[in-house]
Amino acid sequence: MAAKTEKLLQVKNLKKYFNVSRKDVLKAVDGVTFDVYKGETLGLVGESGCGKSTTGRTIIRLYDPTEGEVIFDGQDVGGKLNRNEKKNLSKRMQMIFQDPYASLNPRMMVKDIIAEGIDIHHLAKSPKERIERVYEMLETVGLNREHANRYPHEFSGGQRQRIGIARALAVDPDFIIADEPISALDVSIQAQVVNLMQELQEKQGLTYLFIAHDLSMVKHISDRVGVMYLGNMAELASSDDVYGHPLHPYTQSLLSAIPVADPKIERTRERIILEGDVPSPIDPPSGCRFRTRCPFAMDICAKVRPKWHEAEKNHWVACHLHDEEIKTENV
Amino acid sequence: MDHLMKITDLNVVFHIFGADVHAVRGIDLELNKGETLAIVGESGSGKSVTSKSIMGLIPNPPGEITSGEILFEGKDLVQYSQKQMQKIRGKDISMIFQDPMTALNPTMKIGKQIMEGLIKHQGLSKHDAKERAIELLQLVGIPNPEKRVDEYPHQFSGGMRQRVVIAIALACNPKILIADEPTTALDVTIQAQILDLMRDLQEKTGTAIILITHDLGVVANLAKRVAVMYGGKIVETGTLDEIFYNPKHPYTWGLLSSMPKLHAKTDKLLAIPGTPPDLSHPPKGCPFAARCPYAMKVCIDHMPEYTELSKTQKAACWLLDERAPKVDPPSTIGVGGEA
Repeated sequence: MAAKTEKLLQVKNLKKYFNVSRKDVLKAVDGVTFDVYKGETLGLVGESGCGKSTTGRTIIRLYDPTEGEVIFDGQDVGGKLNRNEKKNLSKRMQMIFQDPYASLNPRMMVKDIIAEGIDIHHLAKSPKERIERVYEMLETVGLNREHANRYPHEFSGGQRQRIGIARALAVDPDFIIADEPISALDVSIQAQVVNLMQELQEKQGLTYLFIAHDLSMVKHISDRVGVMYLGNMAELASSDDVYGHPLHPYTQSLLSAIPVADPKIERTRERIILEGDVPSPIDPPSGCRFRTRCPFAMDICAKVRPKWHEAEKNHWVACHLHDEEIKTENV
Repeated sequence: MDHLMKITDLNVVFHIFGADVHAVRGIDLELNKGETLAIVGESGSGKSVTSKSIMGLIPNPPGEITSGEILFEGKDLVQYSQKQMQKIRGKDISMIFQDPMTALNPTMKIGKQIMEGLIKHQGLSKHDAKERAIELLQLVGIPNPEKRVDEYPHQFSGGMRQRVVIAIALACNPKILIADEPTTALDVTIQAQILDLMRDLQEKTGTAIILITHDLGVVANLAKRVAVMYGGKIVETGTLDEIFYNPKHPYTWGLLSSMPKLHAKTDKLLAIPGTPPDLSHPPKGCPFAARCPYAMKVCIDHMPEYTELSKTQKAACWLLDERAPKVDPPSTIGVGGEA
């Protein structure tokens, strides 16, 4: 794979807090920084409640960020946006949602669902052009022209997800945020949808932010992978590095926790089984978020939040174990 | 080996939407003492309906077991009345449900929910039952059980609730434990904890487990034998190694190669085209014929018989007939073991 170097999206210290009661603040995303390069797939993994979906939704401005910058193609889209700017953003950035049963309006025909973006952005000059575009989209995602006049309930889960993809592609975006696009689908259908997404990426040069909790699927589709834990990014590197040579203790235990569909490996594998549960993001642990479950926690982990730094070339991690300054002090 | 349970020619039909949905279409299955049998398949393949038939939990109407028998220790559970089933359920056969958030009663202390079965089936006094409940909580790894026995489900996290559900299921030392997608609703690190716990408990108690799942990773982790279901039928059964390293049915091939491998590089996933059959109009022949890349004329009209491949493995596929052309499985199948 050729190295992709042109930055399409830069996320800097992004924070999203939710007020859950008068005095409690839920820090769903608490300062994440990463870049997405043009034409690549960046995978975002983590357990439920780690903030991966909130990150995606904040980037596309379904939520307004509490703090931090989102720079898309050189333009800051993290701050206040007027109507026009928001509209322009939504033409270039689209989203595929998790639940294909909930994300399509049951009272709209498939052609109107797909053409909604075309209408809003006036991309079709005539009704004929509009419907041609819809047909083209349907064929791109492996459905037929005849499907245009049907309603969502007439389709299976995998087909619905294809409609969701067609809707996202209709405005010819550059960047697609896919939030758990396959987790509601059956195994044999998951592979169909993932293959489709990869084909589309090759053909149209799309950039994906692929959010999922299925680590093996993320490894398969992503060029680089970011691992999140409790609102923070724990590690970010090429997918081979994250899976072959993980630095953060959380990544290591996460990888060892996945059951592998290979009995011989399963029988011999050493597991790092984490104790306990993910702490509440309303009252997260001080210092490093992972220290309460970390087998290597040191004193400093409770006091100082680990720096997000490049421990090896293109391998970012937030852990005191890999911070050169602290390492030498503690030896 | 003596079978703890033997299912013969089980058929379950749901009379629904003005049609008959044939959810389970004539399955045969044996379960031996103390073993873990995994039933794998996609949604709608009939795996959950099979387990519910064993528990006598098929709602009637609309569901109906039209034929077949489920022999448990020599007695046919299909013929049992609801009252007779109540004596078996939770005592000899118990179940872990998929979603620990909805499986527990939110208005009852968890201690009471565990004690329910103990008092009913084993005739323990309230005091003894509570003590046993605390023991059980300890067994499933809940810290501070004396205190937590008096808490309500909402005070527990998802993983902890699933532990409570397991404690309830194990309360009366059942002979069979049916685990219907026990870890699907949980996060991976919690899933690893629960799988570990289930393996430990099985070693301690010797309970036979029927594991129902679509996750082949979980299967590889826990099961000894595997039955692959598709379109209401069992298309292949075998030991864990036979199914993973020497599968013979094209659906099993498809299932195995449509999953990305964590330990090896896959360029493109081999997806199975199409969608599962509509069981209100079940296909006449092999249910997989419409999606099978090797389908022949005979597959569409005639359901293949089982071919015995070894003492433990059999598959229902016309490719195994001696008149059929020889077909090699995809190259991704059967390799493995290199960590």
